[in-house]
Amino acid sequence: MGPTLDFLTLLPYVSELLQGLTTTVILTVVTTFTGLALAVAVAYLRVNGQPWLRWGLGGYVEVTRNTPFIVQLFFIFFGLPGLGIKIDAITAAFIAMTLNLAAYSAEILRAGISATAQGQLEAGRALGMTTLQSYRHVVLVPAFARVYPSLISQAIIVMLGSAVVSQISVFDLTYAANFIQSRNFRSFEVYLLITLVYLLLAFGMRRAFMLVGKRLFAYQQGEQR
Amino acid sequence: MIEFTFWDILRNLLLATRWTIVLSLIAFIGGATVGLVLTFMRLSSSRWLQRLTALYVDLFQGTPLLMQLFLIFFGAAAMGYPISAWLAASIALTLFTSAFLCDIWRGCLEAVAKGQWHAARVLGMNYFQTMRHVILPQALRLSIPPTVGFSVQVIKGTALASIIGFVELTKAGTMLNNATFEPFTIFALVALLYFALCYPLSCYARYLEKKLYDAGLR
Repeated sequence: MGPTLDFLTLLPYVSELLQGLTTTVILTVVTTFTGLALAVAVAYLRVNGQPWLRWGLGGYVEVTRNTPFIVQLFFIFFGLPGLGIKIDAITAAFIAMTLNLAAYSAEILRAGISATAQGQLEAGRALGMTTLQSYRHVVLVPAFARVYPSLISQAIIVMLGSAVVSQISVFDLTYAANFIQSRNFRSFEVYLLITLVYLLLAFGMRRAFMLVGKRLFAYQQGEQR
Repeated sequence: MIEFTFWDILRNLLLATRWTIVLSLIAFIGGATVGLVLTFMRLSSSRWLQRLTALYVDLFQGTPLLMQLFLIFFGAAAMGYPISAWLAASIALTLFTSAFLCDIWRGCLEAVAKGQWHAARVLGMNYFQTMRHVILPQALRLSIPPTVGFSVQVIKGTALASIIGFVELTKAGTMLNNATFEPFTIFALVALLYFALCYPLSCYARYLEKKLYDAGLR
């Protein structure tokens, strides 16, 4: 094999590439929603929950942030069946990505929440809102708006990290790349193309998030001006 | 068939942890060296150098580390220079680390107020004197907590070297699992060992961050 590049050898594998792309996109979209939803709950309970719950959630956040994603994935996919909990590869990928994104995002959100002054919550209560209402409108939404750029970056990091789920045989983009290079022996071309696709996905995700953010937090931006 | 006791598993994992630590050190030291050069390229007055460095950072931050590893490992082989998993992992992790450190350090240098540049120049200092006596000492203080924090990402990143066959902690875990079929114990231990390496660094980074905050610098 000479040092020449031949991308035409990839043409017969378009359907595999599309299947991989679809899986990666679905995994990312679903886990971004589930991960952020779980993060809100974790962040809330880490501030307002019972002491034992706060301690337990703190442990979950620290363990997740200080171990590699691939080990978390292996633990869920290979380790849990040892306890009698059997799950298939794609479910394991969903769970691992959700738990990973939630732990990082909860920590980011907590920083945003603690920036809200206590008096504002009381003001909300005085205006006749219930505890949950005032929490939602006075604390949560402004905190979300404040840390939104960091949350975007974290969701993108999880998307890029999802390349690892190929290792438990989930047919994602990376799995498609491995599959193709095992057939046509053009590893460099395949990985170059797939890397480019990931780059475009990361770029597209940032764009999409920023557009959504502009609509969601429009009134907040008006407030800051 | 050889029987593995709990202590056999733990001993083998601990032996493999050495390689995780060595690879992390190579990546961090190599990445810091390349990252330092990149940071000054990014802040140079040449538009061209600035754009090139920004592109480099975007490329490494916008693609999976696993793909960077594959491209270097299989790319070198495809070009006719097959390299070992060990070398490929060192190169990929060095480049990955350098891109992130460049971004962190650029932010720290830019965080020192612009007025100080002008003030130093007015006092008759040249570019290097200003850098050395005014900007760098302040930027250095700001940069230590996020740099320590990022070292955790480097350690976790080395786990991906297992995929191209480099035997470090994660690979040792999968190999032991194939021999013993005790995935729960093994991967829990692997996670625990990573935690033991990373958590002290995370705590130290947080402590340094708090110290800066208390000093009124953040």
